[in-house]
Amino acid sequence: MSDFFSDGFFNNINLQDSSNWATDFVQDVIIPRLPEAVAGHFPMELGTVLVMLAFAGIFVAVVPLLPLVLVLAERKVAARFQNRTGPMRVGPWGTLQTLADGVKLIFKEDFIPPQGDKVLFLLAPYVIFACSFAVFAAIPFGDGIPIPGDFNIGIFYIMAISSVIVMGVIMAGWSSNSKWSLLGSLRSAAQIVSYEIPLGLSILTVVMLVESLSMSKIVDTQSGGIFTWLIFRSPFTFIAFFIFFISSIAEVNRTPFDLPEAESEIVAGFHTEYSGMRFALFFIAEYANMFAVSAIGVTLFLGGWQGVLPGFDFLGGFPGFVIKTLGLVFLMMWLRWTLPRLRVDQLMNLCWKYFIPISFFNILGTGIWGLIFKEDNVWSIGISCAIIYVGLISAYAIAGRNLARRPEPQPS
Amino acid sequence: MEFTLKTFIFYGFALITIASALAVVTVRNIVHAAFALMVTLFGVAGLYVFLQADFLAATQVIVYVGGILVLILFGVMMTSGRLEMRIHIERGQLLLGGGISLALLMLLLTVIANTPIWKNLTDDGTQLAPTTERIGQLILNEKFLLPFEVVSVLLLVALIGAALISRKEVRD
Repeated sequence: MSDFFSDGFFNNINLQDSSNWATDFVQDVIIPRLPEAVAGHFPMELGTVLVMLAFAGIFVAVVPLLPLVLVLAERKVAARFQNRTGPMRVGPWGTLQTLADGVKLIFKEDFIPPQGDKVLFLLAPYVIFACSFAVFAAIPFGDGIPIPGDFNIGIFYIMAISSVIVMGVIMAGWSSNSKWSLLGSLRSAAQIVSYEIPLGLSILTVVMLVESLSMSKIVDTQSGGIFTWLIFRSPFTFIAFFIFFISSIAEVNRTPFDLPEAESEIVAGFHTEYSGMRFALFFIAEYANMFAVSAIGVTLFLGGWQGVLPGFDFLGGFPGFVIKTLGLVFLMMWLRWTLPRLRVDQLMNLCWKYFIPISFFNILGTGIWGLIFKEDNVWSIGISCAIIYVGLISAYAIAGRNLARRPEPQPS
Repeated sequence: MEFTLKTFIFYGFALITIASALAVVTVRNIVHAAFALMVTLFGVAGLYVFLQADFLAATQVIVYVGGILVLILFGVMMTSGRLEMRIHIERGQLLLGGGISLALLMLLLTVIANTPIWKNLTDDGTQLAPTTERIGQLILNEKFLLPFEVVSVLLLVALIGAALISRKEVRD
């Protein structure tokens, strides 16, 4: 135990870019605040372990609160879109509705299908839950907020961990021993495995420009205001952002890609047989995932916690990061209540025939872009924004013309 | 050897890896075996972290757990949706499998015995650099460009083959 930290296990292990953040936290924050007599004898190793556990505890405590807010937000947004008021009874404007629902779920019977596979059935929610939480370890939330897993391979770690979620989905679907569950999990497996490719390829364009996989380095390069955000750095990252965003909607199984849990077709998909708190775990994981992919999108493309203007805190720091992330979350809700569900063949066509070729084109383009502009300057960003502007205008014009040309559907 | 928290974690990972690997080969239910394999692959990824191979650890998880294992399970579920999927082992298979495993074990033991380095890599003060950049340089720039390209062509062939098999036959 004594040489656990002094032998530099965490300092040398190359998952960590800098020295150990927890040791730093103890040295910089805790020890100066202690009384003189205690400070000299503060047990560093124990303190560091305790700091790590405390941060893990904060994550485990705070992240389930997110769905509490997001579920209510989703219901309110849905109500707005459908000209309703949404939940209004519990608390002022129904703000305590999710809390009441949560309490209700805790008291519900925890039903385990007698024909199913009991061990896997009980394990599956935890696999999904743990993987959704592990993603949060590597997300940079703000300036000065330590990232527990500031890995040198940050974004790659996030992709690896989130690719395990599908194993939990398969586990849940198979062990329920129900047709709906199995169909749901098969759909989910096909969908997630397919959409991981355009997702990874669009992340690769960012990694090519930044030349690092580390999340903190990716944020650092976007410090010069809105035009240094990676989405505007080259026309290819602009396209990549949209591919990333749409693919991540597919990854978290939300409408228009919610085939794994399509209510009108297969009841509730892979979690049909779950009830009570286990069902709530799936629900929490789904909303936590939604927040996580939005946070990753913000970090990679929209400047992370960096502000809009260089040198100003406007839309910067932790509040700015949360606002941007919630903006993307709102966009997801907006899409959910606007678009109808895709068919399976449309889903696969979209991925394999459009997104993947466009992503490869993006990578080629980013490579050429990097060769032309060795480093980012006013010219490269100016040209990039001009191309994006012209591209958007012409896309708008072409789309408008095509829509105008289409014959009106005749009522039969 | 001094017993630190580091060695404690290491033996934890080793125990998980070996126990779940044993489960993979002894469990009769094929889906249980696949999920045990998931734990094994995670354990191996943890051991890679101890070998200071961060990139390899993440690749292990993303390729084997997120890709190959999902495809294995996908195949199992598509071919037989029943919950009770037992593996029937015949004596011939047992002998053949045992023989191959024994040969592999001998090979591994020889390699282990002939490896001269039995020390902690960081003991002599070498700061180990992140591996991602080095791997990229080796694959795309230096020694392994040709094997890398050959593998990519092989994958392309497999892709075309899969597309050809899954396509409906068109009679003319």
